[in-house]
Amino acid sequence: MLELTASALAQKIRDREISAREAAETANHRVEEVEYRVNAFLTPTPYVALERAGRIDERLQNEGIQPWEGVPIAIKDVLSTRGVRTTCGSKILEDFTPIYDASALVNFGEDLVMVGKANMDEFAMGSSTENSAYGPTRNPWDPDRVPGGSSGGSAAAVAAGEGWWALGTDTGGSVRQPAALCGIVGLKPTYGRVSRYGLIAFGSSLDCIGPMTRDVRDAALLLQAIAGHDPLDSTTANAEVPDYLADLEGGVSGLRVGVVKELMDERIDAGVREVVERVVGELEAAGAEVGEASLPHAYYALEAYYIIAPAEISSNLARFDGVRYGLREPADGVHEMYRETREKGFGDEAKRRIMLGTYALSSGYYDAYYAQAQKVRTRMIGDFREALSSYDVLISPTSPSVAFEIGAKTDDPLAMYLQDICAVPASLAGIPAISVPGGLSEGLPVGVQLMSDHFTEPLLLRAARAAEEVADFEFSPRP
Amino acid sequence: MISEEQVRHVANLARLGLTDEEISRMGGQLDAILDSIEKIRELDLEGVPPTANPLDLTNVLRPDEPRGELSPETALSTAPDPVDNLFAVPRID
Repeated sequence: MLELTASALAQKIRDREISAREAAETANHRVEEVEYRVNAFLTPTPYVALERAGRIDERLQNEGIQPWEGVPIAIKDVLSTRGVRTTCGSKILEDFTPIYDASALVNFGEDLVMVGKANMDEFAMGSSTENSAYGPTRNPWDPDRVPGGSSGGSAAAVAAGEGWWALGTDTGGSVRQPAALCGIVGLKPTYGRVSRYGLIAFGSSLDCIGPMTRDVRDAALLLQAIAGHDPLDSTTANAEVPDYLADLEGGVSGLRVGVVKELMDERIDAGVREVVERVVGELEAAGAEVGEASLPHAYYALEAYYIIAPAEISSNLARFDGVRYGLREPADGVHEMYRETREKGFGDEAKRRIMLGTYALSSGYYDAYYAQAQKVRTRMIGDFREALSSYDVLISPTSPSVAFEIGAKTDDPLAMYLQDICAVPASLAGIPAISVPGGLSEGLPVGVQLMSDHFTEPLLLRAARAAEEVADFEFSPRP
Repeated sequence: MISEEQVRHVANLARLGLTDEEISRMGGQLDAILDSIEKIRELDLEGVPPTANPLDLTNVLRPDEPRGELSPETALSTAPDPVDNLFAVPRID
């Protein structure tokens, strides 16, 4: 059962070859078996999984279930889960239990078989999961290395077989980069395709909830389950949700593929570039039209991102003030209470980004930093429009390196930020992007990133499925 | 170069308590980050409109109708100090 994809397991549950309860028991057992080596979860929820799996089996006998239901899933701890502790990897929410469910989870169905709340960088800020207040997650491929971040717990859970799939969130690469580093598929949908209601906000103009899965078909199925317009999130698109599985096996014949030259330069490790080049070569051999694409403002995307994201963070994290939820430090006056609560509750990276964002938005600096970054964002969108008029999909590495060692970048915030160089252009433009395992370098997985125009996920998934087919990679749970 | 005074000023704007050690470490790190970000100022973007939302949505409206709301008890169940169906806070200074 552990070797099945989520889609295959879902089919067996509907065919009553395997019960949802057996699947939940298998996932719970796997968590017990490997969690001491991986630390993917902040809050394992074995009883929630069993109880809901029981209800799935009952419904299967009566009114039936959706095609994605019954398959155990890991949920990043930034998504609100009614009655189940939700910490965001932060001390400030150590004892916080939400009173409603995130809309994406409601869309999936009320009997979501959740195996646990997955570890993450505090408030989703980071690229290694080392910024969690509860200790790092370890990469199932090598326990001395990071799983990437910020959805590192979700990625590691899938790679380790602790559940068959997971939900993560991606603001500047936080689904795609950990997926790449753990050898799984990670999909950031178009901004506004999946409701953010109940996703504890980081960068509201960038945040996307996305599937983290064993293969591309699973990602399509999971997106089908969570996507859609939501009156509770006014930034969701009021557009019909297409059938993401219908075109999946369409192949690459006639597909125009552009390799992004700015994301294939010397900032990317040679071994990573080689894997991407090999996959591109195989796609061409399979019938794709391959050429070189250019995104000139990609050279400024990381800088613009590290102004816009902290600016939005400094606003969004203002709500953690000890008044309505979370930690409160006792004090004589309300201002002292705010300061001490936030000093004690937030970790280093959260403090750094609150400071950076507050500075960039403060009087005298707003135009030089924030307004300029928003204009770079306009230019970035223009670059993509231009490139995507010649190509159907764009290809690049997902991350400039394979998984690095725990502790290697923790003292150097800038080195950590560089992990995001390939991921942030698509985030700024709000377009969909997916990471697919392309092969190995130094014995560790390398992710290939594909990007396409707003709301063209069916096309993107078809191209990703083709890339997965030609890639030199086979999923199997580790360790 | 960002001064210690500026770091304290920004921390105060953000209502963020920082120790003296954090103030000095934060100053150095913010300098390094701002130095690298400085690069975007070399672009001439005069007249380019800013982007706040990649989808260009404006004024999304919905009918203002009551729906199933949370009870006061539920809404206050996560509060550090609920008193008489209200959020209590220390003295406003």
